[in-house]
Amino acid sequence: MAEEKPKIEITDSTLIPERGSGTIFSAWKISFFGALLLLVLLPLLMPEPYWDILKFVPDGVLVTFEVTLLSIALALVIGLLTGLGQISRITFVNRLATVYVEVIRGIPLLVQLFYIYFALGKVLRLQGIPAAVIAMAVCYGAYMGEIFRAGIQAIPKGQMEAALALGLSRTQALWRVILPQTIKIILPPIGNEFIALLKDSSLVSILAIADLLRRGREYASTTFRYFESYTMVALVYLVLTLFLSRLVGIMEEHLHRKGR
Amino acid sequence: MEHRTLQALSFLDTPPGGNPRVRIRGVSKNFGSVQALRNVSLDVWPGEVVLIIGPSGSGKSTLLRCVNRLERPSSGEIWVDHDCVTDPRTDIRKIREEAGMVFQSFNLFNHLTALENITLAPQIVKKLPREEAEQKARALLARVGLQDKEASYPSQLSGGQQQRVAIARALAMEPKVMLFDEPTSALDPEMIKEVLDVMLALAKEGMTMMVVSHEMGFARAAADKVVFMDKGEIIEMGTPDELFSTPKEERTRRFLQHIL
Repeated sequence: MAEEKPKIEITDSTLIPERGSGTIFSAWKISFFGALLLLVLLPLLMPEPYWDILKFVPDGVLVTFEVTLLSIALALVIGLLTGLGQISRITFVNRLATVYVEVIRGIPLLVQLFYIYFALGKVLRLQGIPAAVIAMAVCYGAYMGEIFRAGIQAIPKGQMEAALALGLSRTQALWRVILPQTIKIILPPIGNEFIALLKDSSLVSILAIADLLRRGREYASTTFRYFESYTMVALVYLVLTLFLSRLVGIMEEHLHRKGR
Repeated sequence: MEHRTLQALSFLDTPPGGNPRVRIRGVSKNFGSVQALRNVSLDVWPGEVVLIIGPSGSGKSTLLRCVNRLERPSSGEIWVDHDCVTDPRTDIRKIREEAGMVFQSFNLFNHLTALENITLAPQIVKKLPREEAEQKARALLARVGLQDKEASYPSQLSGGQQQRVAIARALAMEPKVMLFDEPTSALDPEMIKEVLDVMLALAKEGMTMMVVSHEMGFARAAADKVVFMDKGEIIEMGTPDELFSTPKEERTRRFLQHIL
């Protein structure tokens, strides 16, 4: 063919680059393995003070995990009840759930922590960890409630109708037909809440709970190694959250591939 | 087949059987200021196949949905066998067991396989043991020609296959009457026949059926009675021959011109 066809310039119309995930140097890999590398290299190359800092990390992380897991478990229960309350036909229940969500979402978590531990301290007499767990669960329960509500409402109306038409009660239909489908929709956003909660759990260090941040602060204030301490604390948080966000991503892909 | 013998006696000019399977008396339904049904009365006798036709918005679907109380009539009475649907004291779940429903959009439970879709309600509502429910479900799947699809999820089935599973699901509750709400309207043309064939077989077996549909072929082959509705009222009814060939009312004639 002698005649040359005019070349069509193919330009990528999207100016914002897509988040490259398949490449070797994806943003996630750079961040995650970079942080991991630093976390290993620093104590090896400069044992003093990094090795000493690394020694308290497991204890602190355990407390952080404890607070996070307890809070998320309780928040899931509160969230489910709130979500169900928000779609309830009983006006009182509906209002109660909606007001709870509105109020809690309007108050900063730090203020809520202070409120339960200090302001209500005389009445409730809660220890640090229970107070922290309750405050975080109450706070995140409101956000979870919104996720549950949106998830339930995303299920087509016909599913409930079909279940009712077969003779199931509303409650049976909810548990056997609606909620199993809801869970697949809300798993990724719930995973993200879990990560956010893990990060926010650092706030509980102000209640004298020996979590990761608190351990770092204590070490820093006795040795005056502020830079080194907080660098290690930040790296540990980073590795944890990046790891979890990857898990959520994999879960999301898996659900996507399974279709329904 | 009891009703066949009874129909053979219909020269006596008495309705077959002692009681209509579905008795609708003076039913009206308002949605706000819109009157969807006006003083509708209709009897469906055991073994009878009643086809309901009419322009969109004429109240056909609403009438059907009033029979199993997916919609609550504003006034009037509906009886299914000896149970009064419109009596608030009636356990509506019992009526929904007796009146199987098939929807335009299939409404299969997306998180369950074809087999599980069929066994769910018998297990929950009829408390059937799992093996028994599955045995029955397999027989039903074979009846609708889908014995090899029991492990398929709805998303893996064609529209026609989904609707056939939906019919099997409704039959699993051993209903006394089947309500079909535009069962073929959402289907591609080449899939309509497979669904109509199943419905035709059901009709031949003596199932009492109320069908909202414009499938004239099905009407001629299976319907004992065709009801024409417009603006929430029953305009006229008769055998398919009477209604299609010699409609009495002008509105019926005009409508039939559009669809025949």
